[in-house]
Amino acid sequence: MISHLRTMWLVFRHLFQKKATVQYPEEKVPMYPRWRGRIVLTKDPDGGERCVGCYLCAAACPVDCIALQATENEEGRRYPEFFRINFSRCIFCGYCEEACPTYAIQLIPDFEMAEYKRQDLVYEKEDLLINSEGKYPGYNFYNVAGLDAGVKEKGKGKNEEAPVDIKSLLP
Amino acid sequence: MTVMQHIWIVLGVLFVFLNIAAGLIWVERRLLALWQDRLGPNRAGPLGLFIVLADTLKLFFKEDWIPPFADKWVFILAPAIVVASVLMGIAIIPFAPGIVVADLNVGLLFFLAMSSLGVYSIVLGGWASNNKYSLLGALRGASQMIAYEVFMGLSLMGVVMLSKSFNLTDIVAAQQHLWFVVTQPIGFVIFFIAGLAETHRLPFDIPEAESELIAGFHSEYSGMKFGMFFIGEYLGISLISAMTVTLFFGGWLGPAFLPPVVWFFLKTFFFIGVFILMRASLPRPRYDQLMGYGWKLLLPLVLLNLMVTGAIALWLKS
Repeated sequence: MISHLRTMWLVFRHLFQKKATVQYPEEKVPMYPRWRGRIVLTKDPDGGERCVGCYLCAAACPVDCIALQATENEEGRRYPEFFRINFSRCIFCGYCEEACPTYAIQLIPDFEMAEYKRQDLVYEKEDLLINSEGKYPGYNFYNVAGLDAGVKEKGKGKNEEAPVDIKSLLP
Repeated sequence: MTVMQHIWIVLGVLFVFLNIAAGLIWVERRLLALWQDRLGPNRAGPLGLFIVLADTLKLFFKEDWIPPFADKWVFILAPAIVVASVLMGIAIIPFAPGIVVADLNVGLLFFLAMSSLGVYSIVLGGWASNNKYSLLGALRGASQMIAYEVFMGLSLMGVVMLSKSFNLTDIVAAQQHLWFVVTQPIGFVIFFIAGLAETHRLPFDIPEAESELIAGFHSEYSGMKFGMFFIGEYLGISLISAMTVTLFFGGWLGPAFLPPVVWFFLKTFFFIGVFILMRASLPRPRYDQLMGYGWKLLLPLVLLNLMVTGAIALWLKS
């Protein structure tokens, strides 16, 4: 009997304790920078697309929600002709971000993407591209690649030796 | 009192108690949530009060399904019985001097009779559903009611001895100087426990016991028929709280700075709060524990209480 009354008193005291509820639309849950939410395509410091259309993200995706078509511009720089992510399938596993060799595809801490129509959850390239360098500021794939695609000439990149002059006999 | 006044009182009591029963949906959910460190429904309307409206509308729009294997007419009748019997019980409660629907000279017996009739709703509802869980719930309900009915009546006899009346207005008047909770503490505790079992509220919700019997006697009920059981339960809480206040806590009596009706309802709401607090804090006993507790502990205790009260009453008289 005493223990019952004590239980009731202890429960009653919870009336004055801090509540665990977060009143969501007004109060936000603290989000962390590495939280895996909406997928974006980032840009390099010069404002060009980072994506080179290598299809690795599409291959890594366990639910096949990424579709793209690679193409090249006249300078030989590859980019996706279209890039489509179906967020009604996406499971936000982040494998695409891990697979991406150019840090183009990244997951950001935004989860508020509810829609009334399913079709609206299919994001095209213009919906995915953001005007930011994302988690890797200052990174430009073509600065470290051995390819001349209009960013730098061959052999002028960081940590890069000049190309061997095949016409010379000197070692 | 004119006929017109009487009709107004009847309508007023009906209005107030049905609204309290509906409002308890909100009160219970909010209080339970607060005691579990949550906030509870606070979106619809001021403080979430319109959840009552939303819940009621939802119940009305749900499919009102009668299982093809059920005993149709009994199935329909059962939920009405609980509400009707509890409302009849409310009729004898004096809210303030002169505000009472039926000032019966056997008021207390009438209350006991009506609260016993409520068990028919459980038994018939469980039987008519033709479902094994419902039947088990109904059987449990019946045996629990019989067990707790016995000493619910006996626990009140001490009050009757002291006030020398079955009339509730007289009983309240007899508490002018000292509330009966002081002279009959055991009677009060046992009446409250019996009342808890009578309304089959947690921790004594053996007839429904979700974890064992799905929903017990109302497993097959849906829509407003289920709603009637729901309202019946809340009305039962209000009735038992009001009776506790009337019998042991001096009914409408209180310092003069508030009108008697306000005192009555303040005390009643306190006990409704205690009902909900018990739901929030105490676990459900096993079925055999409940019955053993009733027959082996509370019944001897209430008989002893009755004997001692009777002896003292005789001693005071001589």
